Amino acid sequence: MQDEPTPTELIKAVADFLRNEIAPEIKGHNAFKLRVGINALDLVTRQLTLEQGSDAAESARLKQLLGADGPLIESNRALCEKIAKGEVDLQTPGLAEHLWQTTMDKLAVDQPNYASYKRELGNK
Amino acid sequence: MIEEQLGRCVASWYPGATGVTGAAKLSGGASQETWTFDIVHPSGNVGAILRRAPPGYGASPGRAAGLDAEATLMQLAHDAGLPSPRVMHVLKPADELGRGFIMQRIEGETIARKILRDEQFAKARPILARQLGRVIAGIHGLAPAKLPKLREMSATKEIADLEREYRSFDRPRPVFELALRWLRERDPGPSREVTLVHGDFRHGNLIIGPDGVRAVLDWELAHVGDPMEDLGWICVNSWRFGEIDKPVGGFGTREELFAGYEEAGRKVDPDRVMFWEVMGTLRWGIMCCGMMQRFRQGPDHSMERAMIGRRSSETEIDLLRLLAPRGK
Repeated sequence: MQDEPTPTELIKAVADFLRNEIAPEIKGHNAFKLRVGINALDLVTRQLTLEQGSDAAESARLKQLLGADGPLIESNRALCEKIAKGEVDLQTPGLAEHLWQTTMDKLAVDQPNYASYKRELGNK
Repeated sequence: MIEEQLGRCVASWYPGATGVTGAAKLSGGASQETWTFDIVHPSGNVGAILRRAPPGYGASPGRAAGLDAEATLMQLAHDAGLPSPRVMHVLKPADELGRGFIMQRIEGETIARKILRDEQFAKARPILARQLGRVIAGIHGLAPAKLPKLREMSATKEIADLEREYRSFDRPRPVFELALRWLRERDPGPSREVTLVHGDFRHGNLIIGPDGVRAVLDWELAHVGDPMEDLGWICVNSWRFGEIDKPVGGFGTREELFAGYEEAGRKVDPDRVMFWEVMGTLRWGIMCCGMMQRFRQGPDHSMERAMIGRRSSETEIDLLRLLAPRGK
């Protein structure tokens, strides 16, 4: 077992330092790059916090949809194949809900400030 | 060093020019660069832009129209009275600057967030969608006989290209799969009319002033195809920068865009435009995945590239909003 602080706590501490102490001192193109870097660290923090729960829920939904279990990537491959062949579509019970939930969970990590995401959060 | 070469080049075609000053690189990947500089002249300096593939880079990759074609299209647009910079010089081997061209620099803004939020564009925003509709109509109206050789595209070809690229990533994305299926099932077939298509008509490639649109840039993705493609592409949600209820670039409505287009004597097919909006949304999503691939394979191992890869999910939610809207 690894010691504490956790990766999430460490990354958050670094991101906060860069955001609060360094960003105000940097100008020009490097200021832009620094912002991108801080955004990347924030994204990693969100993923470390949320991924386990959302992956488990996605797996459970895929099992329901496909009637089979497996690693997430393989289940997604199987689902893609069925969609491509037209074996499942938006009329298939659960498919639209599954795609929506999976996508919302991705946005919660990737881009929680994306306007479409914020709109849909209040639009469940 | 580039100032010396530019100075020699400019002196060969600009009477009275004594050199150049203030050369600065604005953007550049490995194969294409954009530079800004001033031509020094006794009657006052003249702003100019160099767009080039540096020496050692040959033909443009993949879908690119090529710099010579870009120069020709820009000049055609300029001659037709469309907002387009005047092409001052097409590079020759003797210039030792690579391939490309030098054009007039047009002052204004290309950054979407400023155009959508800054006070100085407050009067431009309400008129832009209609104006751009007229400009797009003007582009589509350019005489086919004068066009340089361009790739020919159709909805069917574009779907196949996108699918091939998506499959090459070998990473399953059910929402993209759904969108591909949707597009294949609704492929409207060949367009009745085939015209010049700009191919990347959106924020970033438009110079906007307080008075409205001043120039259309970046003809790299120009091709011949369904004119409705340009109208669909500018409505893609990724170019609304948060103003999601204003489909045209975050500043206007489809009705305004279409009205401008039809004022210029052309017809809009709203269903086809919507089809191309879905295609465009998927296309941007796949382009984001492509950035991620290039990040992983290098040589451009930049954070920016990596983070653009994480924007492909934005297009997934936008595709779902288009294809499977939830009850409001």
